[in-house]
Amino acid sequence: MNELLAEFLRSFTVTNDWAAITPEIMLAVLALGLLGAEMVLPRSEQGLIPRLAIWGQVLVLVVTLGFSAYSTVEGQSFFSGMIVQTDVTQIMRAFFLVSSILVCYLGKIYLLKQKLPRTEFFHLVIIIAAAMMLLVQSSNFVMLFVALEVVTIAFYVLVAYCRTSSLSLEAGLKYLILGALSSSILLFGIVLLYGVAGNPELSFSSADSLNFEALKTFIAIHQDNVLVRIGAILVFAGICFKIGAVPFQIWVPDVYQGAPTPVTAYLAIASKAAGFIVLLQLLTGPFIGLASFMIPVLSFIAAATILFGNFAAVRQRNVKRLMGLSGIAHAGYLLVGVVAALSIPEAKYAVIFYLVTYLLASFAVFAVMSHMAGPDDANQELEDYENLARKRPFLSGVLAVGLGSLAGIPPLGGFIGKLFIFIAAYKAGLYGLLAISVLGVVISIYYYFGWVRVVYFSDSKDSAQETAESLCSCDRVVLGALVVATVLVGIFPGVLPIVQ
Amino acid sequence: MALYCQFESSLIGGYNFELRLATGLEAVGIYLHLGLNGISMPLFMLAGIVGFAAGMYAMFSKAERPHLYLSLLLFMLGGLMGTFASVDIFFFYFFHEFALIPTFIMIGVWGGAGKRGAAIEMTIYLTLGALLSLIGLIALYVQSGADSFSLITLREYLAARPIADTVQNNIFALLLFGFGILVSLFPFHSWAPKGYATAPTGAAMLHAGVLKKFGLYGLLQIGAPLLPAGAAHWFPWIVWLALGNIIIIGLITMAQKDVKMMLGYSSVMHMGYAFLGIATFSVVGVGGALLMMIAHGLSVALLFMLSTCIYHRSQTFDMSSMGGLATKAPVLAAFFVAGTMASIGLPGFGNFWGEFTIFAALAETEMTRWIVAPAALGIIISAIYGLRAVANIFFGKPTEAFADRINSDEIVDLKIHERFPALILIIALIVVGIFPRLFSDAANGELSQLYTSRSTLPIIEINAAVPKTVEAHKEVTH
Repeated sequence: MNELLAEFLRSFTVTNDWAAITPEIMLAVLALGLLGAEMVLPRSEQGLIPRLAIWGQVLVLVVTLGFSAYSTVEGQSFFSGMIVQTDVTQIMRAFFLVSSILVCYLGKIYLLKQKLPRTEFFHLVIIIAAAMMLLVQSSNFVMLFVALEVVTIAFYVLVAYCRTSSLSLEAGLKYLILGALSSSILLFGIVLLYGVAGNPELSFSSADSLNFEALKTFIAIHQDNVLVRIGAILVFAGICFKIGAVPFQIWVPDVYQGAPTPVTAYLAIASKAAGFIVLLQLLTGPFIGLASFMIPVLSFIAAATILFGNFAAVRQRNVKRLMGLSGIAHAGYLLVGVVAALSIPEAKYAVIFYLVTYLLASFAVFAVMSHMAGPDDANQELEDYENLARKRPFLSGVLAVGLGSLAGIPPLGGFIGKLFIFIAAYKAGLYGLLAISVLGVVISIYYYFGWVRVVYFSDSKDSAQETAESLCSCDRVVLGALVVATVLVGIFPGVLPIVQ
Repeated sequence: MALYCQFESSLIGGYNFELRLATGLEAVGIYLHLGLNGISMPLFMLAGIVGFAAGMYAMFSKAERPHLYLSLLLFMLGGLMGTFASVDIFFFYFFHEFALIPTFIMIGVWGGAGKRGAAIEMTIYLTLGALLSLIGLIALYVQSGADSFSLITLREYLAARPIADTVQNNIFALLLFGFGILVSLFPFHSWAPKGYATAPTGAAMLHAGVLKKFGLYGLLQIGAPLLPAGAAHWFPWIVWLALGNIIIIGLITMAQKDVKMMLGYSSVMHMGYAFLGIATFSVVGVGGALLMMIAHGLSVALLFMLSTCIYHRSQTFDMSSMGGLATKAPVLAAFFVAGTMASIGLPGFGNFWGEFTIFAALAETEMTRWIVAPAALGIIISAIYGLRAVANIFFGKPTEAFADRINSDEIVDLKIHERFPALILIIALIVVGIFPRLFSDAANGELSQLYTSRSTLPIIEINAAVPKTVEAHKEVTH
């Protein structure tokens, strides 16, 4: 039976380009279906929509996993080179689906509290997931840019979703302006590369000069060409905006604070992961010829990002800004892995592993933040968490595990993620970056531990009597699953197929 | 929970003496590989004994949320035993962190005055040390080319192809300072006294007694034998810093008025001897360091426990405001005196053999002979503060306020649940003191394998008759 199914799926995917992107198509249909359902369903039945969104995506996840289990053809390209599927893209598809399911779950909690319209939110989240899945598979700058713009434009709306909150609107505006700027920088870089690689005067120029393969051969020959270098730098600048690396990190704290918590989580996790995968694919693909030129630039950016993120987070009292700034630091560690991937190829699995542990731990923390959010979502201060351990022991346990994993404390997943990055960095000979990473981790212990300390060890006992609404069993299941997954990945990293 | 604690400890005493088991948990060249050799076995037992005593004491203490407290203690104990039983150096590190986290939590929740600052200072300091040593271990793994974290494989690889000297120097520096921070080597010691002073008794006993030995264990099991050239390069540093531990910290200890601070500093000070022992790089010296670690672990755990007992009776840690406690609590006084004597290094207790063999090893070569004098000065210093503490607390004329307390009926002698753990520790100390061969034979076998095969070092002087020397001295004392 399995054989038959496998054979069917294989023939289906090999012969038909569209079949290769079935999960993305299903997501788009689901997103449209949600809008339709809102019009059709009577008011009393509107509560179905979040469930429909979540379970629909679970179905898509199952289909995606089935596809990748049965029909992985390494490096196969579709749509005449627009899309290339590898094992990395298959993992990342599942990654984005899991994160969008979790964002929908957070959105369900959040929207109910804030009394905001729901359907559009889920619609946009699902569209973003589909676009990010296409983004990591793209093998052509046109595809990459279009997918990226779909993601970014949907995020403009989502960040400003809480339209009665001035902070959310401010965040939306900031994200819009800086996002547009970064997109135009990226586009400028792409155009330069297109122009220079399409110049018939130069050897190895190509008519299809937006294609990664064609660019790879061209750039390998013309490493020293000024236009190639400027183009590559501009493309990187555009992506660095997305991942929040120094010196393009300035938008992060404000946007993270103002955006609704589920959107913050989405930005911090999925959007950042997409940026990193694109970065990895560009560096190991078309820009591989520029490695010797890129390593010092990226190393400098990584070091500055780690130091900035950690030092800025130390004094932070607002937890959403804290997560934003510490997220910058995590981007720095990931960049270390990316730099290592330039010299040793297996380092890219270290990056992906780190992203997975980061996903699990961050969602645990953001879920607790969504549960904790009062009417004003943007202003969660550390003080709001005082005595949480007495009031809501379950939530504080989840928070402690999430923060512990982010801080990289064994036996949690984050530790193994950092370990892999460190091993990769050592193997690649990046001793300076390694030292800075260690320094960064030590600093990060201070603020993560400070948060845990507020939760568990605060001395004031006055507000202990505050009534706390209980969690429904579904919340417990989701949060418990995140905690169990974090611990499991830490104790037995082999559960993730990435570890070979 | 109580049963579990006892069960776990009896297990250790029972059949783990020669246990070697390998469970394959596969993950990128890392296996959960457990086993005991001559070096780790005594430390494993130390963990069992101290853990048992700490658990016993904690069970009857009146801590808040006792279940959480006991389960954290057990977590810590589990991590400790895992550390010493790990053959795989990744798990060696992993279990250490596993034991460290409960320490922070226990200090944060049940700690005394100033716990917040102490907990965070300790966390940051120890994380820094741990990460440095982790990088050192990764470096060792990568540079050896063995593609495995197993200590056995690493040894084989490094014996066949030693790493270049300069690289060895760098890796050893990472290990030395990383582990050094964890063991409170001289300039990196400031976390220790404060941390111990605020830590709850069980945590202080286990951390000062056992967990701190992790760093020394790492140096003598992994660092020095695998990186002999690195160890030789850093030799002067170790000696000077260790002397810093002994003399400078010794003088600071003399100035302490608070019992727990004094004990914290004295435990930092005695680590200096262990470092000197490792620095000799000979079987005698390293064996002495091992004995020192065990005996010190037992005695410092005993003293931390007794200091809490003192506090329960006197309601203060300030030594100058106590006095004459022996009249009301003679057993407590006897135990405390015994613990102090042990930590000074009186013959009959294990510490004596540790210090003695370290001195013997130092005196063996011309180069290191001069160190004996300043190191012996440390014994005098520790005698001064130890005896003065005993005199201040138990004898002499009490201050007026304290005399009232003593004369009231509030102060009683040690209760049975306090006597029992103290007795276990004392017996263990005396056993080590009278019959050090129990540990030293197995350790010598292992150590002479590790430390003889190098011949290029300027400072090694291997004496084949070493075990006999120790025995001969033992017979003399009989």
